[in-house]
Amino acid sequence: MSDLMQMLVAKYNYWIYITLMMIGLYAMIAKNNLVKKIVGMSIFQTAIILFYVSTGAKKGATIPIIEHGHGAETHVVHAVDYINPLPHVLMLTAIVVAVATLGVALALAIRVYNRYNTLEEDEILAQIREK
Amino acid sequence: MIWQLDLAILTLVVIAGIGAITVKDLLGAAILFGAYSFMMCLLWSIMGAVDVSFTEATVGAGASTVFFVAAVFRTTRRTKD
Repeated sequence: MSDLMQMLVAKYNYWIYITLMMIGLYAMIAKNNLVKKIVGMSIFQTAIILFYVSTGAKKGATIPIIEHGHGAETHVVHAVDYINPLPHVLMLTAIVVAVATLGVALALAIRVYNRYNTLEEDEILAQIREK
Repeated sequence: MIWQLDLAILTLVVIAGIGAITVKDLLGAAILFGAYSFMMCLLWSIMGAVDVSFTEATVGAGASTVFFVAAVFRTTRRTKD
């Protein structure tokens, strides 16, 4: 029991990231409104990006901008003093892709609203069944 | 990384996320999603990911919120859940 509590407390950030991810997944599956589903999709994406960026964080390290940029040949660079920038650059791409998918999803939602005059999923399905 | 600040902002992120999917007004959901994105940007600057942080501040909290507000004004604010 104490082992479990220790694991929960020591890795609290991972548990909160998983909570956020599950909030997004719940909104995508269970919500009836299309815009709410899109909000859930964005929350899901940012939770995954948050998890990846947190894997690059270190204790006692500074931001990944090199000191002594000019005259660097006289200084030794210790990689352990800098936060790992590889997850950051990968997740920058993911943020841009997230905004692109958000724009396409909202454009599709506007088209659906113009056609069926509602954003609720059950009403749209009822109108499709009537035809 | 200051863990007290990290935990406080993570709590605010979860509250803003739950609020964005439960509020019964789509414009309110859009604004709460903007608050969520801004808290996320603070979280990344705490982790030392400054490049990700300012990209999220412009693209996530700025452009996404504008997209949501524009979509809500072109459709409807009403929602059942």
